[in-house]
Amino acid sequence: MTRVHDMGGRFGDGAVLPEPQGIPDMGPEWQARALAITLATGALGEWNIDISRHARERLSPKDYTRFTYYEKWVAALADLLVETGLLTRDDLQSGGDLAPEPLVERALRHPKVAEVLAKGAPADRVGGPTERFAVGQAVRTRRPAGNRLCPGGHTRLPTYASGARGTILRLHGTHVLPDSSAHRLGDAPEPLYAVAFPARQLWAFPEHPDDEVILDLWQSYLEPA
Amino acid sequence: MPHDHDPDHPHTLLPPEPALRVKALETILTRKGLVDPAALDEIIDTYQNRIGPQNGADVVARAWSDPSFRKALLEDATTVVADLGYYGRQGEHIVVVENTPERHNMVVCTLCSCYPWPLLGIPPGWYKSDAYRARAVREPRKVLAEFGVALSSDTAVRVWDSTAEVRYLVLPMRPAGTDGLDRAALAALVTRDSMIGTGLPQSPS
Repeated sequence: MTRVHDMGGRFGDGAVLPEPQGIPDMGPEWQARALAITLATGALGEWNIDISRHARERLSPKDYTRFTYYEKWVAALADLLVETGLLTRDDLQSGGDLAPEPLVERALRHPKVAEVLAKGAPADRVGGPTERFAVGQAVRTRRPAGNRLCPGGHTRLPTYASGARGTILRLHGTHVLPDSSAHRLGDAPEPLYAVAFPARQLWAFPEHPDDEVILDLWQSYLEPA
Repeated sequence: MPHDHDPDHPHTLLPPEPALRVKALETILTRKGLVDPAALDEIIDTYQNRIGPQNGADVVARAWSDPSFRKALLEDATTVVADLGYYGRQGEHIVVVENTPERHNMVVCTLCSCYPWPLLGIPPGWYKSDAYRARAVREPRKVLAEFGVALSSDTAVRVWDSTAEVRYLVLPMRPAGTDGLDRAALAALVTRDSMIGTGLPQSPS
């Protein structure tokens, strides 16, 4: 049901360590390269953001925990490159051959970088089901919090908010459903809502009676309360 | 289907040491013609030198200076910041949330590391850390204390967990004693962390 990335509310992680303001230091050169390779290969168009997120989440719990941030990115990218057939296991092991690669034409070239980064990939869609909930309406999140299309699949309802009662705060429009999109089952767009949960709905010892957590949740994650 | 029935993930075929691992992957992909090393340099330059929290600070300073801009920003931030040239990857859908004496906003992504790149650049390490992801939703006030921020008990905290493709920017309260400052001087007071909600803007010296 859950995976290791779903860590909201977890105990035992220790202090948060602030850093200087401004543009963050990217650390060792390999980290910047890892970021760049991930963005550049993403531009080949063989996967979407939900597929790449799920690739990171599917790392074994041992790897997810011991890897630093960009190590997770690189490991998940290597897995995706093989799963999509862009590289073979032999390529990873032996350094790759020079066999013609049909997607070369799609490779992100230097002059196109600014344009591709500026374009982004909007997640809103036209169509989909009509809105079932209105601002101010009480809702409850589904429980358990798993993907309903694919066992062990990607979902964006964190476990800590599963089964909780909240209130619709705003409607964001109709967005691609990650539970479907991550598994190449189509965009399956649905209304997306910001839902407000009182901290006492989520935690045994809330810090303050008026504190809230807001989550962006798709219509199929919610039922009337 | 998730392909995790296979314990032997392909990534284990690469060298284990991170720098060698990334170098190996870049070499293979370059040899195949799937990445252009000059494009990688350009991506890195973009996020190391050009896109960063100065963009968000510009937006905040405008909101502090111009009530009609502030109103439009709170109603439809995506359009308003796009008009200033702040759009693109990881900023396709932007919502700005305003701090008031009664409510402090703070942003996290418990499931990964979602962050408004066109306005703030790439996230700092702490934003991506397990500690922040795990704790910000459950004990935001303790986390804020670790950033040196103490809120009054009259101020409620709203933590935004970025679970979808909407990216949140906090509009902090304008500091006292800034009446005569122009937009550039105001922007200089806006820290990155104050737009994530783990900090407050600087006071004028």
